[in-house]
Amino acid sequence: MATSEQTEKLSIQQMIEEQRGKKAKKRIEKSIPIILFLIASISVLTTFGIVFTLIFETIEFFQRVPFLDFIFGKEWLPFSNKEPLFGILPLIAGTLKVTAIAVVVAVPFGLASAVYLSEYASDNTRRIIKPILEVLAGVPTIVYGFFALTFVTPLLQQFIPDLKIFNALSPGIVVGIMILPMIASLSEDAMTSVPNSIRDGALALGATKLEVAVKVVLPAALSGIMASIVLAVSRAIGETMIVSLAGGSTPRFDLDMTDSIQTMTAYIVQVSTGDAGFGTTIYYSIYAVGFTLFLFTLLMNWLAHAISKRFREEY
Amino acid sequence: MRHIDHKNVVKRMGSRMILNKTFKAIFFMATLFALLSLAILFYRIVSQGIGFISIDFFTNFGSRIPENAGIVAALVGSLWMMAVIAPVSLILGVGSAIYLEEYAKKNKLNDFIRMNIANLAGVPSVVFGLLGLTIFVRALALGNSILAAGFTMSLLILPVIIVASQEAIRAVPKELREASYGMGATKWQTISKVVLPSAIPGILTGGILALSRAIGETAPLVVIGIPVIIQFLPDNLLSQFTALPMQIFDWAKRPQEAFQSVAAAGIIVLMMFLLIMNSIAVVIRNKFQKRY
Repeated sequence: MATSEQTEKLSIQQMIEEQRGKKAKKRIEKSIPIILFLIASISVLTTFGIVFTLIFETIEFFQRVPFLDFIFGKEWLPFSNKEPLFGILPLIAGTLKVTAIAVVVAVPFGLASAVYLSEYASDNTRRIIKPILEVLAGVPTIVYGFFALTFVTPLLQQFIPDLKIFNALSPGIVVGIMILPMIASLSEDAMTSVPNSIRDGALALGATKLEVAVKVVLPAALSGIMASIVLAVSRAIGETMIVSLAGGSTPRFDLDMTDSIQTMTAYIVQVSTGDAGFGTTIYYSIYAVGFTLFLFTLLMNWLAHAISKRFREEY
Repeated sequence: MRHIDHKNVVKRMGSRMILNKTFKAIFFMATLFALLSLAILFYRIVSQGIGFISIDFFTNFGSRIPENAGIVAALVGSLWMMAVIAPVSLILGVGSAIYLEEYAKKNKLNDFIRMNIANLAGVPSVVFGLLGLTIFVRALALGNSILAAGFTMSLLILPVIIVASQEAIRAVPKELREASYGMGATKWQTISKVVLPSAIPGILTGGILALSRAIGETAPLVVIGIPVIIQFLPDNLLSQFTALPMQIFDWAKRPQEAFQSVAAAGIIVLMMFLLIMNSIAVVIRNKFQKRY
């Protein structure tokens, strides 16, 4: 009997030990989710940080420059000694010029590549081309900027003698090359997710591959394709280094593609590399411009989200 | 009675087939356009910059004379910045991903966090620069130091790392988790000893790719005011420093023809740097990725 009592005692002690261990374990189990939640909320804090810094500094800016002058002003002359003018329309015009050229380059080429990869290419070809597109997407934008300035602009000047060293055309084309892989790969994803049974049905009715691609696959994948284009446009609007290097720093409110321009992003870079002191109107103006830029891209991202949600086809 | 007029079909078939072939060729050419631009870009940069690549280029500091210009300050600065970005962004990114995949219940707050990450991924990098300038450089008074730049870049690539880690965690099959619970493991034991080890290759691959994006990013550095002419190597996290893309940007802007070649040489160094990182990512993916 004595031995069994001893084992019982021992086991109680062990149980107490175990219980103690469990408590520590429980504490870990309970605290881990809280710690992880705090980590996850950093991304939310980042967003709030961005929105609040932009808003506060922009408010400061609007105490010096009237709001209406900012959004309707057709002249952007912040460095003028006599009377600085802060009308953002020229910067928006510059951004839109570059974006429009980029879209004209990237959408046809991107969509054609997507159709080729998803409808025509063999597995082997796809295995070669897709990684190359990924490399193209991974090239730093500063490299593209250098390419635009030192190769594309001189090349274009041979065809368009009037083209200035800094212009909208060259960075626009290069931004187009930069967003091309994005359109190609996102659209290809949308097209490959169209089920093969639909393709087979059309082929069985005697359609050629082209007819299948244009009349069956493209309409079925339209929401994904549209979303990819809108996302690419958002990327083009926010692109900074290409336009800073090759676009110039002359804000102008017109449709001239061959002369020096300035985009919203390029203005922020120009002020940052200059010596505008902290607290000057010019310093606050980069936040106002940044806020405008932020709103543009936010709008585009929401649009892309809404398109892919609203028009998604489920198979 | 024949429903299909054979002659008519044959007559139209030819032109439809030709159209199909023509467009196949057009689509192929369009795909080639992207490949061709990449080839031209590489060829131009290598042919322009290779002459400037020498031992001196790696050991000299920046200079007003193109022949003496070197990249050592920028190269070392980029490495220091990486040493900040890698741990900060991985801890934050993997932590968030574990929370979202394993703990987060489906409620409004967590939906908000998810939506917020998607939106954050679309914010232009130059705007992250403004955030860094206000919060890290001014409010926390870190100045234009390695730490301020590293934190800014970490936040910039955070959404990418979160999404990559989420995918890696999601790819771990349910059976592994259930087996672990069946053996009496708690939730955290299951996550830390079963889920994470099998998700780590995927997380690392995504992390390295995100890191290589941070190394090539220029705009935030310009905005937070990273200097270009630095004649010393940084010795702690609060030192001033310069980084590869910053140095290239400065060289590319200079009017002298010779500096264009120096910029091209700098780009070669940057691209080699990225190539090495991407190769490591590919090796990890191929070697350690388990297929379930």
